[in-house]
Amino acid sequence: MTADLVVVGAGVVGAACAYFASLAGLRVVVVERGALAGGTSSAGEGNLLVSDKEEGPELDLALYSQRIWREDLGPHAGLWEFESKGGLVVAASDEGLASLRELSVHQRRCGVEVRDVARDELRDHEPHLSPGLAGGAFYPQDAQVQPMLVVAHLLRLAREAGARVRTRTEVTGFLRDGDRVTGVRTTGGDIPAGAVLNAAGTWAGGVADLARVHVPVLPRRGFILVTEPLPARTIRHKVYAAEYVGDVASSDAALQTSPVVEGTGAGTILIGSSRERVGFDRTVSAKAVGTLAAKAIALFPMLREVRAMRTYLGFRPYCPDHLPVIGPDPRAPGLWHACGHEGAGIGLSAGTGRLIAQALAGDEPDLDLTPFAPDRFPVAEEALR
Amino acid sequence: MTYQMTFRGAAVPAEPGQSVGAALVAAGILDWRTTRVGGRPRGMFCGIGVCFDCLITVDGVPNRRACLVPARDGMTLGDDAGDTVGREDGDAGHV
Amino acid sequence: MPDTYDVAVVGAGPAGLAAAVESAAAGLGVVLIDAAGQPGGQYWRHYDENHARPDDRRGHHGLRTFTRLRERLDVLIGAGRIRYLPGHQVWLITRGEGGEFTLRLTPTTSPATDGTDGLSRAETARALILCPGGYDRQLPVPGWDLPGVMAAGGAQALLKGHRTLAGRRAVVAGTGPFLLPVATGLARAGAGVAAVVEANGTLGWLRDPVGTMSVPGKGVEALQYAALMARHRVPYRRGTVIREILGEGRVEAVRIARVDRADGRLAGPEEEIAADLVALGWGFTPSLELPLMLGAQTRRDVDGSLVVVVDDLQRSTVGGVYVAGEATGVGGAALAVAEGRLSAVALAVALRRAPESSREAVTAVIRRLRGEIRRGRRFAAAMHRAYPVPVAWTRWLTGSTLVCRCEEVSYGDLVRACRDLGAQDARTLKMLARPGMGWCQGRVCGFATAEIAACLNRRETTAEDLRPLSTRSLAVPVTLGELAALADDAPGG
Ligand SMILES: Cc1cc2nc3c(=O)[nH]c(=O)nc-3n(C[C@H](O)[C@H](O)[C@H](O)COP(=O)(O)OP(=O)(O)OC[C@H]3O[C@@H](n4cnc5c(N)ncnc54)[C@H](O)[C@@H]3O)c2cc1C
Ligand SMILES: Cc1cc2nc3c(=O)[nH]c(=O)nc-3n(C[C@H](O)[C@H](O)[C@H](O)COP(=O)(O)OP(=O)(O)OC[C@H]3O[C@@H](n4cnc5c(N)ncnc54)[C@H](O)[C@@H]3O)c2cc1C
Ligand code: FES
Repeated sequence: MTADLVVVGAGVVGAACAYFASLAGLRVVVVERGALAGGTSSAGEGNLLVSDKEEGPELDLALYSQRIWREDLGPHAGLWEFESKGGLVVAASDEGLASLRELSVHQRRCGVEVRDVARDELRDHEPHLSPGLAGGAFYPQDAQVQPMLVVAHLLRLAREAGARVRTRTEVTGFLRDGDRVTGVRTTGGDIPAGAVLNAAGTWAGGVADLARVHVPVLPRRGFILVTEPLPARTIRHKVYAAEYVGDVASSDAALQTSPVVEGTGAGTILIGSSRERVGFDRTVSAKAVGTLAAKAIALFPMLREVRAMRTYLGFRPYCPDHLPVIGPDPRAPGLWHACGHEGAGIGLSAGTGRLIAQALAGDEPDLDLTPFAPDRFPVAEEALR
Repeated sequence: MTYQMTFRGAAVPAEPGQSVGAALVAAGILDWRTTRVGGRPRGMFCGIGVCFDCLITVDGVPNRRACLVPARDGMTLGDDAGDTVGREDGDAGHV
Repeated sequence: MPDTYDVAVVGAGPAGLAAAVESAAAGLGVVLIDAAGQPGGQYWRHYDENHARPDDRRGHHGLRTFTRLRERLDVLIGAGRIRYLPGHQVWLITRGEGGEFTLRLTPTTSPATDGTDGLSRAETARALILCPGGYDRQLPVPGWDLPGVMAAGGAQALLKGHRTLAGRRAVVAGTGPFLLPVATGLARAGAGVAAVVEANGTLGWLRDPVGTMSVPGKGVEALQYAALMARHRVPYRRGTVIREILGEGRVEAVRIARVDRADGRLAGPEEEIAADLVALGWGFTPSLELPLMLGAQTRRDVDGSLVVVVDDLQRSTVGGVYVAGEATGVGGAALAVAEGRLSAVALAVALRRAPESSREAVTAVIRRLRGEIRRGRRFAAAMHRAYPVPVAWTRWLTGSTLVCRCEEVSYGDLVRACRDLGAQDARTLKMLARPGMGWCQGRVCGFATAEIAACLNRRETTAEDLRPLSTRSLAVPVTLGELAALADDAPGG
């Protein structure tokens, strides 16, 4: 078996890259050590957000991805329960509201649609919101998908375009010709390839190590609560507190919880999500799930009597500067990366896949990839690992 | 003594010590809610609190396991919409 | 801060009662927590004692053992050596820095109807003996969501626990010896039992030398049931399964068919039998959420169910966590009692509470219990081999047959998720098609979903297929209000 491109990892990022590369005419093989969507892509929520991003390269990528989700992938939207439900960010205090307004000024400049929502308009958007809030902002572009269905259907469509998907096959090393990467070694044999894309999510650092290059991707744990099914449209949008934006951008290792509350097609409410840096610890943290529940109740008092059916957790793949790694690795020609998307990989996957396919085909990508360069990390920071 | 409960307006007797679900079954009532997607009738299935099929509104509190809740005199079972999933709006979870 | 007990025993069925009584007798401080309102578990289920009648105990087996355990329990509770918390479900167990376990409890019928505040509470203990038992194992069949279809154990629970006959004309179907007490129980209570539909052959295990020799009393019990079946003229249809359950809005009839003896493929002519109650059971399957929550290792047992791995002292692979009863493998009440006892004795020895002087006696007790357990396991294995889930059972399904009752996922949905979307295992199937995501969190559909995932991918079911559908991060649903309380009292972790 030979290929133009081997994609390491069948998460949402790998699936999107495989899909767009296949459409571009490349012969693609996806190699996944577990099951499809078995990593972080089945352990998060499915929000496609612009609202939580500050001005900068990540927001540019998020806006670009919005376009790809709606245009290039638009015809398939129904397959993965794409819903353009909009996001409502609420502030509890007047100071919170003031910084929310300030954020939105910058966001608007970058092309984000934002509507200010006054205190007394909040309940028109969300009838069950706590009456005590100061105000908010509505982001109509915020949308939602079912991530596992995204992965499965993108891979199905890629297969239809000629790609092959090999699950339960682990990449254990690289084929090299000098510095050049010429394929992968796997538990199922060698696969020579013109290019190899590291889309191994939270584990991408380990895959990069196999190629003797350094990419600092680390796990940031998050818990999510799932409630009993409620009547449709009990909670209509994705609702979160303004403090969330600060948490997302934070580098603090300690537990941070900002409630992000949203309904799903199945009637359950998802309440996400905590952020803490505790390695790959999978034990349920009573503190994290308790705090999530408490803060969700503060937003929606009616949730107090609603029951949680389960919790789950995942490990966001994050880099020290909170930007993903996207593009060719000059240190190992033939090796590419698309990883480190932290808490936004579902949303950013579509744009990432499209950009990677353009660059692989030798075209000028629609967005400048320089901010996402794999070798951008200062050596000192690498030594910290 | 025999307890008297009401289910959707009708009287349902119960022996002290019986569960709400048992009393309904004994009264020939086999289903008391409908499913979210298919609108299918559901009642008692596992009988021991495991399957959650028998969810019912008891005295206004939704989604209680009928097989476990002990019957009490004067209880009101089921809600007006006849659907234990419903919390407040009339469209009560029928998707 | 609550007291720290030496041991928390979860479950007051045969295993848990024995474990609690034996632990306390050995001098351990015990808290015994059980979801049910009164002790006995599934096997010794009985009518609310506050309103008891003499005939409530008819048809109960092994009552002598229960009565003895019960008397000892009452004495030990009275002496303050067992704290008994009935009517409470353990929904979360976490472990502190010092290795102690914190168990979060919620009233079973929360919000409480009995005047208590209905709030969560916590208990801590240095060790655990988990005896959570199990429930009827189910295989989907067309029409099984019709009102009037119940789990076999559920029909029996209505009878034993609530004096309620679930129908006038019953068909009891599935496999295993448990179908007999259910059928005879219904018959004795006045129902017509139109048939017992048994997928497997004869009472084969009676002729299985290993099986009968292991636990002699069992043979006698089976013959008693056979006699009862004859007395009530209950037809016993062997090598037969229900093809479809028929009815408009409720059960009216079943269609049965003979199956191939080797693999359970449908083989014979179909026949319709009128019924207003269908009681289904394919053996039992254990409740594993608590052991799995703690990280205990599990394996697939002879009967195909996931069970906890324990050593010959009932120790799981997690330090300080003992497991006894159905959770270590379905094997009946007598075995559960022996395991409960052994776990308690072993724990007492581990905590050095067994007095030095009685060391020899303790060793003898351990040896005797181990022997009893070995024989019980051998018997259970023989039974499981005589009453397997037929290999070809998924062929009875149609595209529209509901597999997951809670989320209304059909067999066709699962086939599509495997064929079109590439789901190769149960976890992926769950992610893509939602079986196991509903209120019961896969308790009812988990076994079937795991088997379907394996079968559609043309391989044997593995423990890895079963595990994701047996794992539940919260053992039972709790309100967000109860969860929120964790934020305050949880020390960091
Ligand atoms: C609690 C939580 C909430 C979240 N909410 C959102 C949200 O609302 N919106 C959003 O956009 N994002 C969200 N995220 C983030 C998002 O889930 C991730 O950014 C995204 O799933 C990453 O996708 P991926 O494809 O890079 O990684 P993964 O999905 O982890 O895929 C990587 C794959 O690589 C495989 N792999 C690793 N090593 C090897 C090897 N050596 N050989 C072969 N295969 C290998 C792994 O098995 C894995 O399947 C959330 C994350 C968490 C934890
Ligand atoms: C409905 C039913 C009827 C049965 N009838 C018979 C019969 O007639 N004859 C026969 O031979 N066998 C019968 N069995 C099999 C019988 O269950 C076992 O042989 C025996 O009861 C096993 O004992 P145990 O102690 O392991 O579990 P169980 O008797 O099942 O006891 C387990 C106890 O743990 C409690 N529990 C579980 N999880 C939690 C939690 N998270 N928190 C608090 N408490 C918890 C349960 O509520 C239960 O009270 C029946 C099984 C079922 C499910
Ligand atoms: S039957 Fe599937 S989750 Fe309950």
